[in-house]
Amino acid sequence: MTYQFDFSALWAFWPEFLQGAWLTLQLSAVSTVLGFVLGTLCAIGRSDGPPWVKFLVASYVEVIRNTPLLVQVFIVYFGIATLGIKVSANAAAVIALVVNVGAYTCEIVRAGLESVHKSQLEAADCLGLSKPQIYWHVIIRPAIERVYPALTSQYVLLMLASSITSQISAEELTAVANRIQSDTFRSFETYIVVGIIYLALSFVVRIALWLFGLVVFVRKRKLGTAL
Amino acid sequence: MPSFSLVHLEFLGWAAMWTLGLSAIAFIGGGLVGFAVALMRISSVHWVRYAAIAYIQVVQGTPLLILLFLIYFGIAIVGFQEVPAIIAAGIGLTIYSSGFLAEIWRGCLQSVPKTQWEAAECLALTPWQRMTRVILPQAMRIATPPTVGFLVQIVKNTSLASVVGFVELAQAGKLINNSIFEPFTVFMVVAAIYFAICFPLSTWSRRLERKLNVSRR
Repeated sequence: MTYQFDFSALWAFWPEFLQGAWLTLQLSAVSTVLGFVLGTLCAIGRSDGPPWVKFLVASYVEVIRNTPLLVQVFIVYFGIATLGIKVSANAAAVIALVVNVGAYTCEIVRAGLESVHKSQLEAADCLGLSKPQIYWHVIIRPAIERVYPALTSQYVLLMLASSITSQISAEELTAVANRIQSDTFRSFETYIVVGIIYLALSFVVRIALWLFGLVVFVRKRKLGTAL
Repeated sequence: MPSFSLVHLEFLGWAAMWTLGLSAIAFIGGGLVGFAVALMRISSVHWVRYAAIAYIQVVQGTPLLILLFLIYFGIAIVGFQEVPAIIAAGIGLTIYSSGFLAEIWRGCLQSVPKTQWEAAECLALTPWQRMTRVILPQAMRIATPPTVGFLVQIVKNTSLASVVGFVELAQAGKLINNSIFEPFTVFMVVAAIYFAICFPLSTWSRRLERKLNVSRR
């Protein structure tokens, strides 16, 4: 093996790597928040809605979970364009990621909703809580707390999956890498650097979500026990 | 300009075969490597265990896309020029699925009650016998539903092999779209084919899970 590794050519590009990583984080953050809202609403609709809502949500979840994100990204990006609406690559990326992660969130949150024991609901009823109160205090919050670790893993995967949006030239980390490697011809080194950045990002996202969990789940922070 | 026709559909059909083939390579390769890593992950030797943990963390912490690029350019560096795309894609997907299968199977191995491991030891079974006669038969029952579920992930992720120039379903869709420019139709058909492959697997996985839960309740 006579190959000489040369990382020095990449030093000049560190602002671009940084910018790409930043956009990756931004894309993931926006998609995570919107996807969480969409997924939770779908989960509520699926477990407590009228039959047609249940059917609609179930089909949405199945279709999204059984087709590749890459194809979904293409359909959103090119599909919206054929409808005559112009969206930027970044916007198309966010839409595709939200639709995608919403379906996964729905499945996870639904498992949480189903895990709430019936006696809890009866107790809440006996205490005279109103329907919204029951929903918020007795069902949704404990459900989310219980499935939070699964959600965390899903959102880390989402951050990694956002690399796929480079295929429609959203200028995130992978797209930046593709450009830099074609400028420098240091392909292997570039992708090693980017791989390490992604690894670091996945730790950062994991820790950020863990800290967020500590702030949000007061009960868990004070008692330290699982529900 | 020609529009979407049977010829294109036939092309997509062939590409779907390549998707299935690549999935099979990834599953078999990933299964073999992943099982070894899962065993390493529960080994009693410290450095072996940490090596397995590091491997799993790195594979699960980097996007498959980057992994594929690394393999693709890495093969050239090691000195093999002109490697067929299926080999690069096969290696990349094998590594990817091994990282995830290892973690799934580790959980299944460890979910076999500790008393079973101890009882096997008390009966003077060798480690090999203990694994093959006592632990694996029980672990495999638990492992089947999530493994089938992960198959869906593998099939879907073969779509990324298009970036190293492997013509599978997604890449075939792109090629057709470049010639007729009907992105919506083409990618809807592509998505439908993926769905036709993945949905039965998902359903099967769910049914297996339900069956397993019945016997456990």
